[in-house]
Amino acid sequence: MSAEPDGPEDRLRRLTAIWSRAVFPVTSTSLTRTEFEDQLLPLTRRLSDLLRTRGFDSDAAKAVGAALVGAHCTDPEALTRTLDCIDAYLVLYCGEDGSQDELRMRSSRLQHAMAAGYAQALRERTLAEQEAIAQAALQAQGVVAQALHASEARFRAVFEGAAIGVGIADLDGNVLQVNGALLRMFGLSESAVRGRRVQDWVHPEDAPQTWRLYDELVRGDREHYHVEKAFNRPDGTVLWTNLTVSLLRDADGTPQYQLALMEDTTERRLLNLRLRYEATHDALTGLPNRTLFFERLEKALNAGEGQRFGLCYLDLDGFKTINDSLGHAAGDRLLVEVADRLQSCATAPGEMVARLGGDEFVALTTGPGTARKVDELAERIMSALVTPISIDGRDLLVRGSLGIVEGPAGERTAAEVLRSADITMYRAKSAGGNRSELADPEADARTITRHGLTTALPTALERGEFFIEYQPLVHLGDGSVRGAEALVRWLHPQHGVLGPDRFIPLAEHTGLIVPLGRWVLQESIRQARAWRECHGEETAAGPLRINVNLSPCQLSHPGLVQDTVEILERAGVTPDALCLEVTESALIGADDDLLKPLRRLAEMGVDIALDDFGTGYSNLANLRRLPVSILKLDRSFTQGMQQFPADPVDLKIVEGIVSLAHSLDLAVTVEGVETGAQAEQLRILGCDTAQGWYYARPGPPERLHELVLVDATG
Amino acid sequence: MERPAWAPRSIDISVPSVSRIYDYYLGGSHNFEVDRQAARKAMEFMPGLPKIMQANRAFMRRAVRFAAGEGITQFLDIGSGIPTFGSVHEVAQAVVPGARVVYVDHDPVAVAHSQAVLTGNEHADVIAADLCKPQEILASPLLEGLIDLNRPVALLLVAILHFVEDADDPYGAVAELSKALAPGSMLILTHASYEGIPLPAERAEGAVDVYKDIRNPLIMRSREAIARFFEGYDMVEPGLVQMPHWRPDSAPEDEDPYAFSGFAGVGRTA
Repeated sequence: MSAEPDGPEDRLRRLTAIWSRAVFPVTSTSLTRTEFEDQLLPLTRRLSDLLRTRGFDSDAAKAVGAALVGAHCTDPEALTRTLDCIDAYLVLYCGEDGSQDELRMRSSRLQHAMAAGYAQALRERTLAEQEAIAQAALQAQGVVAQALHASEARFRAVFEGAAIGVGIADLDGNVLQVNGALLRMFGLSESAVRGRRVQDWVHPEDAPQTWRLYDELVRGDREHYHVEKAFNRPDGTVLWTNLTVSLLRDADGTPQYQLALMEDTTERRLLNLRLRYEATHDALTGLPNRTLFFERLEKALNAGEGQRFGLCYLDLDGFKTINDSLGHAAGDRLLVEVADRLQSCATAPGEMVARLGGDEFVALTTGPGTARKVDELAERIMSALVTPISIDGRDLLVRGSLGIVEGPAGERTAAEVLRSADITMYRAKSAGGNRSELADPEADARTITRHGLTTALPTALERGEFFIEYQPLVHLGDGSVRGAEALVRWLHPQHGVLGPDRFIPLAEHTGLIVPLGRWVLQESIRQARAWRECHGEETAAGPLRINVNLSPCQLSHPGLVQDTVEILERAGVTPDALCLEVTESALIGADDDLLKPLRRLAEMGVDIALDDFGTGYSNLANLRRLPVSILKLDRSFTQGMQQFPADPVDLKIVEGIVSLAHSLDLAVTVEGVETGAQAEQLRILGCDTAQGWYYARPGPPERLHELVLVDATG
Repeated sequence: MERPAWAPRSIDISVPSVSRIYDYYLGGSHNFEVDRQAARKAMEFMPGLPKIMQANRAFMRRAVRFAAGEGITQFLDIGSGIPTFGSVHEVAQAVVPGARVVYVDHDPVAVAHSQAVLTGNEHADVIAADLCKPQEILASPLLEGLIDLNRPVALLLVAILHFVEDADDPYGAVAELSKALAPGSMLILTHASYEGIPLPAERAEGAVDVYKDIRNPLIMRSREAIARFFEGYDMVEPGLVQMPHWRPDSAPEDEDPYAFSGFAGVGRTA
């Protein structure tokens, strides 16, 4: 819009420019000065009109003042500058040609009204803005409060609904708040828990560090700790928990509360204990089992210098027979009763009884004085077995063999100790059972091979580690060789040549005696044929005969007769070349079933010799019904004849036996002949054949050949 | 225990607020005595503080008009504070009726006030969020309802970045926001600096200390450090300059000397 120079419009603009320039620096508008000036221009125009209008419109003048506030001239300095400007220039620029006095007066009134309008508008704006900001603050606080409320409600829901127990206490231990899960776990009402102190919950099973950790936490030296802790419930049961306690601090970091989170682990713990119990106890007897026993034994062996241990290893004698004859149920009941009795033997601290399996039990004693204590323990065990055990109305006499090991900790492993005990126990058993033996390193060394030999036996037979030596049987009448006893030997790769006493009991025990015995029979028969081939069917005194030992196990083996017949036939050897030796003890109390195979063999022409005669309680009357043709007199009878003059009692006994034998039509063979005097004496007493070192030690088959030749040429 | 994200921090109006202090500098009455005390104290050191705020407002007004003139119709103003007069929506909607404006502030009172002011304006709204958590801003359903991030947006960070300490990674926050913007978007930014203040630095530090005392430290950055916020943007002429020099409507020499404190600039993404 263009304005005529110095015309009214131009003057208005010039006045506005002056006003704007004065006020702009004290406004806070974001408009440019030109824009601001454009905002002021209508105000200047209205002031100009008001100046020249008849009458005085004070409201219109007030509105101009208020408009200044609307243009964000809220600094009162803007009013001052405005009024200065109006006062100085309004009449000058807009007065035109009116009365100066009246114009000045009107200008003054305009300024008063503008000031009033400005003040009122500013007051209203200030109040409105104060109200707005207060409202905003209130509203924001409301939002916060609502959010806090929601937050608290959620936390409360989490707290109450949690499956784990949650509790809060102050640092003096006063319980402030607990959740439902915790109350259920403790079996308490809320009122019963509130007001309790954390320290009241001391439990005998608390781990040693539990309360030290607690003290550190409430002192502020620890942020949290985790323990397994037990609590007593009012019903007398025990609650086990996984407990985590945390320290809660305020915004400034000062410790304020303790927060406990607990998980009920009672059932899990019971299950663990049960699993642990089952893993370490024997289901039948409830005694600790091998696992637990080894744990304890190892602990005892690692107990440190100066500590000792004592161990009893018990194996029942003849348990297998009871199991076989009365059945496993009865056997089990017997074991339970034995276990109970053993348990009552080991009640002192440091003593324990365990079942290793089968009928094998161990008792362990530790602590001071084990050397004495283990002997007493062994005695108690042996006497605990004295009273018969009643099973199904029968009184069973139970006996056991006991091996005792006592020694310092730290020298041997558990396995070594147990093996020593086992060996010692076997020694007791070999000595007839129903006794205890004390471990002795030399005896151990002798028997170390018992286990090894047992396991090596089967392969030894396959590998041909056995061989046979022959000891001649000499006719006392003419001194001619009549045959030989086959004696099996084991050429063990590590232990050298082992005699039958070392391995025949093991072979009996494992059943290997049957194939081993068959092999010995085969070999011996083969050898017998070889001799016959060499020396013809007849030597000077008839055919050479081979004596082969038969163990009790072979005796009851159903294949005995058939095996023997087959071997003889295959070798083409007549039965009269074979004599089977059976021990007296194997035949004691033998019934007809057991004697039947022997009888059949005897009928076929095989001679049967009763070995070791005189060592058992022979029922002499019984001799009649046994299918034997030879008595082999035990060497104990001949020992008394080694010196000169011979023991007269021995002479009488042997004479009596010989006479008895001959009256029953039995030949008599004597063993252990070592001197010529002995031989002569026995010949006089009427013995038929003899064997012993006086004639020859056991040796290879060639030796016999040589002896026979000596006979023939002699 | 950390405060969950959905629970706002508590409100304590006995603690001065930078938005209300700003309002006081601009002659407003949306403030409490605590705010005014702090403002007066700062002004003892720098009497021209209101002029700096005024220059900020004037720059923002020119920049918004520029952006609208360049075809931008969506505005995201973070750190908007208390809308008094000449706010972004007023300026933008005056040029482009229906321009979309989203304000963001972390001061709950400022947010509540903004909500009151914006009642009935269907094209503008406010989000309570923090510049330092850009994902909270970008993921806001309210933002999604008003702003289409596939189209250019003018992002305003006017007089806010100097309240973010380096430890809170302001550069990372700006980069993350920028990454979310469509090509052709603009960054409108002002930042406080010791450069350009018509006072010895020791005096200016007095004012800075006031902000430290009210636990809203003012981080004065160099021009170079401020320029780094524009990484990935092409600077709109005349670049990063003192506020009165940015596309002035009137002669800069007429401006108050305090108006030259700090820097302002506009960048545009390719």
